Amino acid sequence: MQLDRRTFLQTAAAASALSVSGIAGRAFAADGDIKLASIHDLSGLFDIYGKSMDQAVMLAIDEINAAGGLLGKKVEQVTYDTQSQIPMYTQFGQQAALKDKVSVVHGGILSASREAIRPTLGRFKTLYFYNTQYEGGVCDRNIFCTGVTPAQSVEALMPYAIGKFGKKIYTVAADYNYGQIISKWVAYYAKQNGGEVIQTDFFPLDVADFGATIAKIQSAKPDFVMSALVGGAHMSFYRQWAASGMKAKIPMASTTLGAGNEQVVLTAAEGDGILLAYNYSKELDTPANKAFLAKWEKKFGDTKPIHELAVATYQGVLLWAAGVKKAGSIDRMKVVDALETGISIDGPAGKVTVDPKTHHCTLDVHVIEVKNQKMNVVKSLSQVAPKDTQSVCDLKANPNDITQYEIKI
Amino acid sequence: MDFVAVIILEVLYAIASLALISAGLAVVFGMMRVINLAHGEFLMLGGYAAIVSVRAGLNIYVAMLVVAPLVVGIIGLIIERCVIQFLYGRMLDTMLATWGLSLLLTGVVTMIFGNTTTGISTPIGGFAIGSYQASGYNIFIMLAGIAVIAVIFTVLKTTRLGLIARGAMQSADMASGLGHNPKRIYMVTFTLGAALSGLAGGILAPLTGLTPTSGGLYVSKAFITVISGGAAVVTGTVSSSALFGTLTQLTMLLSTPVWGDVAMLFAAIVLLRLLPRGITGRFFRRQV
Amino acid sequence: MPDSARNRHILVAAIGLLILFGLPVVVDLVTLLEISIYVVYAILGLSLGFIWGYGGILCFGQAAFFGLGAYTYAVTAINVGESTGPFLLAILLPLVFAALLGAMMFYGRISDVYMGVITLVVTLILFKFINSTANETWIVGKARLGGFNGIPAFPTLNVPGDPGALLDPEQFFYVAMVFLLLVYFGLHWLMTTRFGRVVVAIRENEVRAELLGYDIRLYKTAVFAIGGGIGGLAGALFANWGNFVSPGLFSLAQSATIIIWVIVGGLGTMIGPVVGAVLIQYITTLLGQQGVINNAFVLGGILVLFVLLLPKGLMPTLGQLLTRLRRAPRRPARRSAEQAEGGRDGH
Repeated sequence: MQLDRRTFLQTAAAASALSVSGIAGRAFAADGDIKLASIHDLSGLFDIYGKSMDQAVMLAIDEINAAGGLLGKKVEQVTYDTQSQIPMYTQFGQQAALKDKVSVVHGGILSASREAIRPTLGRFKTLYFYNTQYEGGVCDRNIFCTGVTPAQSVEALMPYAIGKFGKKIYTVAADYNYGQIISKWVAYYAKQNGGEVIQTDFFPLDVADFGATIAKIQSAKPDFVMSALVGGAHMSFYRQWAASGMKAKIPMASTTLGAGNEQVVLTAAEGDGILLAYNYSKELDTPANKAFLAKWEKKFGDTKPIHELAVATYQGVLLWAAGVKKAGSIDRMKVVDALETGISIDGPAGKVTVDPKTHHCTLDVHVIEVKNQKMNVVKSLSQVAPKDTQSVCDLKANPNDITQYEIKI
Repeated sequence: MDFVAVIILEVLYAIASLALISAGLAVVFGMMRVINLAHGEFLMLGGYAAIVSVRAGLNIYVAMLVVAPLVVGIIGLIIERCVIQFLYGRMLDTMLATWGLSLLLTGVVTMIFGNTTTGISTPIGGFAIGSYQASGYNIFIMLAGIAVIAVIFTVLKTTRLGLIARGAMQSADMASGLGHNPKRIYMVTFTLGAALSGLAGGILAPLTGLTPTSGGLYVSKAFITVISGGAAVVTGTVSSSALFGTLTQLTMLLSTPVWGDVAMLFAAIVLLRLLPRGITGRFFRRQV
Repeated sequence: MPDSARNRHILVAAIGLLILFGLPVVVDLVTLLEISIYVVYAILGLSLGFIWGYGGILCFGQAAFFGLGAYTYAVTAINVGESTGPFLLAILLPLVFAALLGAMMFYGRISDVYMGVITLVVTLILFKFINSTANETWIVGKARLGGFNGIPAFPTLNVPGDPGALLDPEQFFYVAMVFLLLVYFGLHWLMTTRFGRVVVAIRENEVRAELLGYDIRLYKTAVFAIGGGIGGLAGALFANWGNFVSPGLFSLAQSATIIIWVIVGGLGTMIGPVVGAVLIQYITTLLGQQGVINNAFVLGGILVLFVLLLPKGLMPTLGQLLTRLRRAPRRPARRSAEQAEGGRDGH
């Protein structure tokens, strides 16, 4: 065979054209449906959170479609797996907004992922729901945050923990924006309740050896330890803590344990007695929760993966759907206006209401104690407002704000 | 005073765990000049082997000390037959191939077990030193570290197997002239090295939560320890573990875990710049 | 320059120009954005392909220069508010860093394997350092380093001298593509100079080159520095593409990916790393859209298979195949000998 330059050029051009059309192929999805993007880490370090969140989106959309869809159309889910890599959020955010032209994006887990995708979706004018408990303070009309913030979780947790354990607190936190900011809130609410944080240590997400830290904590002699550790590697802290027999000596509270069902990974001996505060617990004894668990079991067969973040995602999708219904349109600004009327839904974790000024939610908060790998509710607070963000953010007055505010101490 | 005792325990534990995670790599590197970048994944596999067998109802010590090295040893054998044996003498190619293997093994384990954290609890509780609590399991790790090093030393120094192996490594031609098959000796050495890694992975599994990417936590530490130690398996590993273990742990106590790691990495660069053949390239040269 | 090499250059230039001017007409914006990132990766692949394939230096930490370039750009762009200065600095700083690191290694006469270790360790240090800068005390001028989060927003490329005239995605594609062609042909040109020939001589036989009186330490340091600078260029472009930098740029996985591009594409060629980068990243994107087969599994498998079965990589093997095909039917003795020559040193 004689392969001259011209035929080679032709082949090369054909090949590159082919690969290009291959990349663009996914643009031709079913038209006419309302598209909802689910952008979560379905693999990698944080898939313990992301997989259930994606399932929660599926469940919510199934229900919406079974009830006749929205505005007479079906809702179609477009799923993206960001593989626990933050840069992929930017990439898939662009793809969802520009190529797949979705009406709304639900997604983001770590605060780092939210900050990667938020500017992208702002620039390309696509509505964004962030359904995770986080450090609070995001003030942006294009985003709705449906998870609990420190004023809801830490404020509920702190007086209970200080009352039960004592006033001296040692904080250990993951070393990224969530851990940095939440530890300030911990210090703030400790002070409000007459306590004091004597030391705060930060750990990169891949640190798994806490021996030296445990020795340090002992020499500081706190009344309890506040943990804002995140992810797989940090689980070893709880293990090593129990292994050195510290559980009997210094009690613990956490803002993060349990959000991804970590209490099931730990044994009862390692987890028992740790105090938490969340919007949801599987142990909630309400008809709404029982119905939710039954629906989940029917669809996915197993209720084990359900956790705080999955429920927040489910509630987030329902809120969005309520907004679309009220607006009678999927136009971004019309939906935002509708949501800003202070819309509410009744989710598995009770009533959730959008706070118009901050785009955060007013919801129920429960103080929880881990017992036998279960999250038992020990105290409930009804309809707590996101006061932290309210104190810095007013989107009615400054609709063009896109800042994330941090608390100054 | 009690605090000092706790600190000393922590430092000794750091040294022992460094020696444990490096031993398998050291054997393979020292004897065969093969740098196995899938070493971290061998540890990770050992951890999974131990956890799975504990979940299946096996005694935890059997799982850690027997099942983990056995499983990883067999995996090592398969890998040696399928990949490594074709690359002897090509050091850089081996590094690349084993780097590929490390990704591949991570992928396989992710597909089987999912990318979630699993773990088992330590079988030994804590104990008190004065007003302080210390982990009893750390003592177990120290003993295990000492035992592993002692066994390697004895095998290399006093047994016939060790003698033949050392001979074959120095001169493969001579060894085969004397009737020993160097290919078989390489194969056995690599398998044993893998088994050692599996053992370490099994022993460390109860301490840390395990994910398919856990190997990455170990490999750079082990790699740096072994290379800085130099070619002598036992003295090299012990001396550089002692150096880095002490340095990391003390830096960690004084500041944060990040600076502990960074101190170790910096020390390694300085060390390699000053002693390009590692510690045992300069000192303890006639040791094993 | 032998005939076959010139033909090849013309071919590559033609394809390059075709992509440069044709693609924006044919494809939509999102696809163009996606292809832009492949172009950036191709430049990054070239940076290692040059150091490793021509200088004979295996660098396990090419990601260090990539990340350094990206961060330098992001940090200075936030402080300066326009892009030209930061962009140049993002090439210069990694170049200087590589020169210093290279000098440290080559003047210390550190052997191959230890060089691998040191480059790897340096990358790890940078990764750990950047990862631990989440606290607000880590601030350079106006720019917070952000730790694990990275830096989410900064001024992107503008027309030099006019900070208001930001480039749109299509213009960014032109910029990236032009840089790729510049780097590609610039490196080719460099290899035809005296400097380039000495570099290859050193790769082929270090002792001989040294006995001939060449200061191999200097040459190697220079090669390393150039590679570092190109890596920094890729980093600056990457930062502009996503308007986002994070510590993952410094990760070992990133370094491994670059090595895989080069080895798959082909060592000792310029086109190899380009083809390798585009191909592997395309596969990665495809794998990211399904959940059954793990990405690491496929990439790892590819690396192992290439080391074992195709250690030369795709492009050189393909080149040999083509040469053989072309030679088979007619066999004019003189031409085939010349082509075989071209095939062997075919850069």
